[in-house]
Amino acid sequence: MVLKMADKVLMKGNEAIAEAAILAGCRHYFGYPITPQTEIAAYMAKRMPKIGGCFLQAESEIAAINMVYGVAATGKRVMTSSSSPGISLKGEGISYLAGADLPSLIVNVQRGGPGLGGIQPSQSDYFQATKGAAHGDFHMLVLAPASVQEMADLTVKGFELADKYRMTAMVLADGTMGQMMEPVSLDYDVKNTVEKPWATTGTNMEREHNIVNSLFLSPEKLEEENFKRYDRYKLIEENETMYEEYMMDDAEICVSAFGIASRVAKNAINEARAMGIKVGLIRPITLWPFPKAPFKKAGEQVKSIISVELSMGQMIEDIRLASECKVPVTLCNRAGGMIPTPEQVLEAIVNANNGGAK
Amino acid sequence: MVVFDKPHALTDVSMHYCPGCTHGIIHRLVAEVIDELGIEGKTIGVAPVGCSVMAYDYFNCDMIEAAHGRAPAVATGVKRALPENVVFTYQGDGDLASIGMAETVHSAARNENITIIFVNNAIYGMTGGQMAPTTLPEQVTQTSPYGRDVNHCGFPIKVCEMLATLDGPEYLERVAVNNVKNVKAAKKAIKKAFQNQVEGKGFSLIEVVSSCPTNWGMTPKKALEWVEEKMIPYYPLGVYKDRSAKEEN
Amino acid sequence: MSTTKFLFAGFGGQGILFSGKFLAYKGLIEDKQVSWLPSYGPEMRGGTASCSVILSDTPVGSPIVSNPDVLVAMNLPSLDKYEDSVVSGGTIFVDSTLVERKVKRTDVNVHYIPATALADKNGMPTLANMIIVGKVLSALEQFNEDGINAALGKVISARHANMLDFNLKALKIGSEN
Repeated sequence: MVLKMADKVLMKGNEAIAEAAILAGCRHYFGYPITPQTEIAAYMAKRMPKIGGCFLQAESEIAAINMVYGVAATGKRVMTSSSSPGISLKGEGISYLAGADLPSLIVNVQRGGPGLGGIQPSQSDYFQATKGAAHGDFHMLVLAPASVQEMADLTVKGFELADKYRMTAMVLADGTMGQMMEPVSLDYDVKNTVEKPWATTGTNMEREHNIVNSLFLSPEKLEEENFKRYDRYKLIEENETMYEEYMMDDAEICVSAFGIASRVAKNAINEARAMGIKVGLIRPITLWPFPKAPFKKAGEQVKSIISVELSMGQMIEDIRLASECKVPVTLCNRAGGMIPTPEQVLEAIVNANNGGAK
Repeated sequence: MVVFDKPHALTDVSMHYCPGCTHGIIHRLVAEVIDELGIEGKTIGVAPVGCSVMAYDYFNCDMIEAAHGRAPAVATGVKRALPENVVFTYQGDGDLASIGMAETVHSAARNENITIIFVNNAIYGMTGGQMAPTTLPEQVTQTSPYGRDVNHCGFPIKVCEMLATLDGPEYLERVAVNNVKNVKAAKKAIKKAFQNQVEGKGFSLIEVVSSCPTNWGMTPKKALEWVEEKMIPYYPLGVYKDRSAKEEN
Repeated sequence: MSTTKFLFAGFGGQGILFSGKFLAYKGLIEDKQVSWLPSYGPEMRGGTASCSVILSDTPVGSPIVSNPDVLVAMNLPSLDKYEDSVVSGGTIFVDSTLVERKVKRTDVNVHYIPATALADKNGMPTLANMIIVGKVLSALEQFNEDGINAALGKVISARHANMLDFNLKALKIGSEN
C-alpha cells in the first residue's frame, strides 16, 4: 500500500511521528495514555483500523513494551510511545529487546522529572536514553529531532536502522516538539527489505525452530553475545552518527544543544553574530552514537563550549569527553519543564566571549 | 511395533527438571496435542521465567522467551501480528499469578485468542522454594518458614475462580497430573484449549495442579499424595468457564 | 526579511488554538515559514489557554513566543499576564466585551473590539475568536480573501464544511469593526 502526503501540511510533532511510522510500514502500535504524547496513540487508534493495522491500548507501559517484543519477534515493524515516567516502566522490556536483538521503535516525548514530575517539556531523560535505559550492557540508537519534519524523518530512519542493526531505535523528543505544529512533507522511499530469518513465524515444518531469547546461563556464551553486539555498535558509531553544524567554520565560541534547545540556541547565535561575536552551533542528531568528531575538532578550535540543555546538565558530560577537556565547557540550562530563553543563551555567549566562565 | 514414542513437537534435548517433577508430563501433553492437531509448523510458544524458563529448548515449534510475568503480553503481540498462527504460553504460579497478574487478567478480559498453560505447584521452584501466590495456608516455604500466615501475607489466589468472574475468557479449566485418570483428563482439557484457539473462540487457560517434590521436601510419591490430600481440596478440579458450551445450551 | 510573533490567549473553549492554527495555515499558504505551539495540560480544560504562532520569511528558530509582536487577549487574566511581555512598538488586540480595563502600556498600538458581543449579536456565539482574528488581519493589512478561504479550507474539516461561511463572515465582521 502506498500512502503519500506529498504536499506540505501543518501537523503536530506527535501526529507527524504517527503518520511517518505508518508510511514506514509499521502496522502495530501499543501504548498507554500519558501527557504530552497521547496524540500519537489517538492518531494510531484512528488510522490503524482503516489500513488493516493494529492499535491496542495496553493495560500498562509494561504490557505495551512486551506486546512490542512479541510483534518484533515475528519480524514485523512495531512501535510504542510514551513520556518519561512511562519510559521508566518500559525499561525492563527495552533490556529484553536488546538481549534478544529485536528491532523496534520507541518514542519518548520527554517531560520534567524525577518522579511524577510535571508535564512540561524537558530533556532530562538524556542519561536514561543514551546510557541507562535498563540493566545490562546495551545501547539504543537515540535520534533527537529538532523540527516537526525531523520528527517524521527520524521516525522513518529509526525503523530502517532498527532493522539493519537488530536493535531498538528511540526517537527522543520533548513536550514542545510533540505539541508544536510546523509544515511537513511526508514523502518517503521507505526501505523495508531487511531479511529476518531469525523471526518466530512458525517453522512450517520446513526448518529448525527459531528461538527468540535473552537468557544465556553460560557466562562464556553470554560474554560472546555481548562482544558480538558491541562489534555491531562499533559499526553504528562509524556509519550512522549524525549531527548538524551551524556557523562553526570561524567560530571561537561553540554552543551545543539538541532538539528544542538547539532552536533557542540558533536564535541567540544569530543575535550574537549580529553583535560581531564568532559563535557557532553543534547539534547532535544522534545522541547515541554521540558525534564525538566535531567536538574533538571544536576542542582544538574554540575558546569555550556552552551546553544548552533542558536538564541539570547531562549531555555536557559527553561534550567534555568528546572535546577531551581541552577547553572549558559550561552549562546554560533550565529544568523541571522550563525552557531557556534566547536572551539567557545570548548572555552565556557574551560572557564566554569576554573570557568569563559565567 | 512402536508402543511408545516421543511426540514430534518435543526436541531431543534432555530436560533439566528435577526427578519426580510433573513439568515433564505437562510438556508431553502439550506436545502430544500439538502433534494430534497437526499445528506444530504454525505454533509459536512463549516461555516464562521460572522452572520452565528453558521450555524454548524443549518444544520443536518456534519459541520466544519472555520477561517474568509478561508472557501473555508477548503472546498478544505475536497473535496480533500473526493471527493465523497458534500461540501458547507456558507459565508457573509466580509468573502468572504474582508478577504477571495484570497481563493475565487483561489478556483474559480482552479474550485474546491464545492458549495459556498455567502450572500451579504452590511454590517458586527455580529460586529454591519461596512462597508463591498459590502457596497454601500454613504451608512451609523458605520465605514462610513458620507456615503461610494468612493474617500476615494474605490468602492464596484461585486463578480460575477469579478469571471466571470476567466476561472475556472463553474457557477456564483446572486439572491435575497426579494420577493416570487426571493426566488423561488434563490432556483432554489442553487439547480443547488449543482447539478453541484454532477455531477462533478466544482465551483458554488450563490450570494444572502440579507437584514440586524437591522444594516441598517430599519424595515424588509423597508429593503426588499431597496434591490429592491438600492441593485439590483447596483448588477443586473442573471447568470454571466454557462460554461456547453455555451458549449452546 | 521579517518575522512576526503572535501570542493568542484566553479561556479554554474560546477557540484560541483554532484561531492560531488558522493564522499559521494562512502563513503556510502564503509561502511563509510558520510554527504553532499550544499551551497544554490540565489548564486546557476551561482554564487559561494560549498559543504561539510565528510567521517568518526565514526558518523559525525557537517556536516559543515570550515577547510577542502581536498579543491577542481574549480575557482579563491574559491581558494581565502578557501585557508587559509585548515588544515596544508591538500591537495588542483586546476583546473589550470581556476585558473592562484599558491597556496601560503607552509604547504599543492597541485595538479594542467587542468581539464577544459582536459574535452574540450576529448569531455566532462561538466565533468571537475569528472576529478578533479578522480585526488582526485588517489592522496588519493582511486581509486577503484568497489566503483566508484557502486557510479556512484547511482548518475546517469536510464534516463541518457548513461552518466555512460562518467563519468567513466572522472574519469580515472583525475587519470592519
